[in-house]
Amino acid sequence: MLKYLAKRIGRSLITLVIILTIVFCLLRLMPIEGYFPNYEKMTPQQIQVGLEEMGLTDPLPVQIVRFFKDLLHGDLGTSRIYRANVAVTEILADKVPVSIKLGVFSMIVSLLIGIPMGALMARYKYRFFDKLGTMFIVCIQAIPAAVYFLYIQLYGTQILNVGLLFDINNPKYWILPVLSMSLNNIAFYGMWLRRYMVDESNKDYVKLAKAKGVSEGGVMFKHIFRNAFVPLAQYIPTAFLNTVIGSIYIESLYSVPGMGGLLVTVIKKHDNTMVQGIVLLYACVGVLGLMLGDVLMVILDPRISLGKKEGDR
Amino acid sequence: MKQFSYRHAKEAELMKSMEEAVKEQTNLSEEELFSFAEFNEKEVEKTGYSNYSYWRSTLQAFLKNKMAVVLLFLLGLLLLFTFIQPYLPNQYDPNMIINDENGMQYRNIPPGDQFILGTNSIGQDLWARIWSGTRTSLFIGLSVALAEALIGITIGVLWGYVRKLDFILTEIYNIIDNIPNTIILILISYILKPSVKTLIFAMCLTGWIQMARFIRNQILIIRDRDYNVASRCLGTPTSKIMIKNLLPYLVSVIMLRMALTIPAAIGNEVFITYIGLGLPVDTPSLGNLINEGRALITSPALRYQLVYPTLILSFVTISFYIIGNAFSDAADPKNHV
Repeated sequence: MLKYLAKRIGRSLITLVIILTIVFCLLRLMPIEGYFPNYEKMTPQQIQVGLEEMGLTDPLPVQIVRFFKDLLHGDLGTSRIYRANVAVTEILADKVPVSIKLGVFSMIVSLLIGIPMGALMARYKYRFFDKLGTMFIVCIQAIPAAVYFLYIQLYGTQILNVGLLFDINNPKYWILPVLSMSLNNIAFYGMWLRRYMVDESNKDYVKLAKAKGVSEGGVMFKHIFRNAFVPLAQYIPTAFLNTVIGSIYIESLYSVPGMGGLLVTVIKKHDNTMVQGIVLLYACVGVLGLMLGDVLMVILDPRISLGKKEGDR
Repeated sequence: MKQFSYRHAKEAELMKSMEEAVKEQTNLSEEELFSFAEFNEKEVEKTGYSNYSYWRSTLQAFLKNKMAVVLLFLLGLLLLFTFIQPYLPNQYDPNMIINDENGMQYRNIPPGDQFILGTNSIGQDLWARIWSGTRTSLFIGLSVALAEALIGITIGVLWGYVRKLDFILTEIYNIIDNIPNTIILILISYILKPSVKTLIFAMCLTGWIQMARFIRNQILIIRDRDYNVASRCLGTPTSKIMIKNLLPYLVSVIMLRMALTIPAAIGNEVFITYIGLGLPVDTPSLGNLINEGRALITSPALRYQLVYPTLILSFVTISFYIIGNAFSDAADPKNHV
């Protein structure tokens, strides 16, 4: 177990370094307007001097080495336009906790709603509840999130009688962002749990249990549900990534003072160093999320052999 | 005892009726039935031949799904209409700002006689913009789906079939898969100048690898089945094994992924536009229109500018989703009777 964990974490670290390098190289191609707050008024010489000051004219490998050195000291550079000459990490320090809180709430809500929904759909297969659930899943998956989030905001705020913009201290204002962020994952969990439970219910041990006279509900929840839940765990990392991505749009839509909303703001303001910092942070979140998911699966399912990843030959 | 005799009687009855049926069918006497048959080439072929055709069975299975057929029909009409619309009489140019006699712009005119779906906040005809935007969005969706399929299938088949490539491609996959797709999309759109081409490029950049991975896993499962080993032993060239033996197996999977890529691409366009990295306003797209409509969300009278584009968008995406699922079910030989 420990050996597997060490191996997996080592692997993730290597991946992370590669990803950071690639993203960093890509970000060197950013339009240079993004480094200066008053680009239009500057002479070419001033621009040249400014770029040299920031070390952007050095050869790429030098820049990469320096970037990793700074990163180890927890330095992501300073913002140029969004809040001039404030360290990126300092700006992010206020924002990240809000995002994490929102994400955690949303993960919990989606599990709490999605799993009972999937289980009930499998229980009442081909009946009204199942059809209703399937319709919900089709709508959520087919219609772009960017569209139904708008309508949730539009009508949800009227129903709940709250303002369009977020108020961090009022719990009522948390409902809509959390719910919107969860919808996608609710559909996701519901769909897969239903499928696994239906698959599972055709197996022999279920027939035996039924033949022994275990009640329908007992078979469903004591036997089928437990076995169907394990493969579901492999979707938790994907769901996690969904939440992370959803946060970019949701936070910006409701003006939640979090990381995702900030990304949209700094993109609109063309602040290169901020974009770079946040994009790198998101890349890290992705890598770590998938790693935690793998580890979680190993802990949950004893049948998965350690040290051998699924799909490998 | 009673039960037994009942069964007995039933059996005898059954046997009798069967014998009669055989006699009726063949019209052969007892003697002919029990003599040796002679070899007859025509008779041999009779059982070997089946009029099963994969594509016909697929079509038949698809036509059974009424909902999908209706949606396909409507979607076809919609697609046709987006091309016909500019040539209809009395249409405005989607980018023309329309002025009245006094030189004032027709701003935010609600839907009515003069403007079928009203005008937007700078006096452009919403009807023309919606159709032009649908055209752009569908073009983006279809191009992304096609490009992803082409690249994904080619690389996926090679990945699954050529063992030497497996290591490199798996490593590349592990890296790309670790970054959220949307982040790459944002990054590329931020670096490049926004246009239809760059959007398609940015969306294809990461999408193909999912397709390739999927194909690779399927190929790994079927590549060493007996019929493929037999083909290889008989010296069939690799390219022919790939195209004739492996790919037909994957039609249903490929179609499903393509059909789901289209709504996803259209949705991504809306998202990217919202972030502020989308197409310029003079290229109407559903994303642009929805974004313009969203800005007016606080005023209920102007909400039509958000509702109409989203209606079209939802119809298009749901149709593709349902049709894709129905077709992939139909293309799966297990569902052919």
